[in-house]
Amino acid sequence: MTASAHSNHEDGHHGEGHGSFKSYMIGFVLSVVLTVIPFYLVMGDILGNAVWTVAIVFALGATQMIVHIYYFLHVTSQAEEGWLAMSIGFTVLLVVIVMTGSIWVMFNLQENMMPGHEQIEQIRSLP
Amino acid sequence: MSTESALTSEDFYVRETHHDDDGEHHHETGTMLGFWIYLMSDCLIFGTLFATYAVLGRNYAAGPSPADLFELDLILISTFLLLFSSITYGFSVLRMDMGDLKGTQIWLIITGLFGAGFLYMEVLEFSHLWHLGATPMASAFLSSFYTLVGTHGLHVLSGCIWLIVLLAQLQIHGLTHENKRRVMCLSMFWHFLDLIWIGVFSFVYLAGVLV
Repeated sequence: MTASAHSNHEDGHHGEGHGSFKSYMIGFVLSVVLTVIPFYLVMGDILGNAVWTVAIVFALGATQMIVHIYYFLHVTSQAEEGWLAMSIGFTVLLVVIVMTGSIWVMFNLQENMMPGHEQIEQIRSLP
Repeated sequence: MSTESALTSEDFYVRETHHDDDGEHHHETGTMLGFWIYLMSDCLIFGTLFATYAVLGRNYAAGPSPADLFELDLILISTFLLLFSSITYGFSVLRMDMGDLKGTQIWLIITGLFGAGFLYMEVLEFSHLWHLGATPMASAFLSSFYTLVGTHGLHVLSGCIWLIVLLAQLQIHGLTHENKRRVMCLSMFWHFLDLIWIGVFSFVYLAGVLV
């Protein structure tokens, strides 16, 4: 208990709490790289495959978010005795449930509500 | 029995003084944690808006699609404006830690200028789209697009207003304990907005143009 409080206090002075010049620059350079690559891939149409490009854009975006959280927002598993990491974990869980749930349900709804062309033809040709 | 109770009370007493010593620091972390919880609730708002866009983003109603509307080179410029504002805010915080009021203010002003530049680019984009007839009324895609990107823009606007107020407070009171806490809260808010923007440019602009 005292040990963790002590390390927390020390962190506030060295870097972890407010960050250092070095950590900000590392975060900035990583962010620039992770921004330029997806824009380059999409604007130059480098891969020629939309699905793979989207997958890479999303992966790089997620990586850049983690870079921001670590280097700019200074969220580590120790910060605020773990409460920051715990609350962000909970929020991410909720967002993932909302996102996947909405897309999943609405996609199925759309598939089932709108008959495809061949289905309409099938129904028309019924005796 | 009695020695044991004496021991525990002493232990308690020692902890109490340690706590008292650390009281100011403890108070500060309370505010920061509370502000963090607010940011997480904001994150949920953006999460639902992203989900709405994910569901409605393909319903063009025979209107324009993202590939017809979005100009990625301008979005790249906005992205870099926001990214630069993040690092300049970082420099401001580092100056504050050194106790340099002037440096803190100068870097904060530069941050505000980058933020204003981002807002200018966004207003330019929205007015351009509006002139093309791509209004929020045109299709479900555009309704959800304006809601998501507009909400982010409003957050940046309120961040800029907060920044101006903070600059006034710094000018009047200097680098007091309260002002340092305010600078750190706005720092979290500002970096959080850049974080949301990563989602916007990946999900709305880059993926939108492709699919």
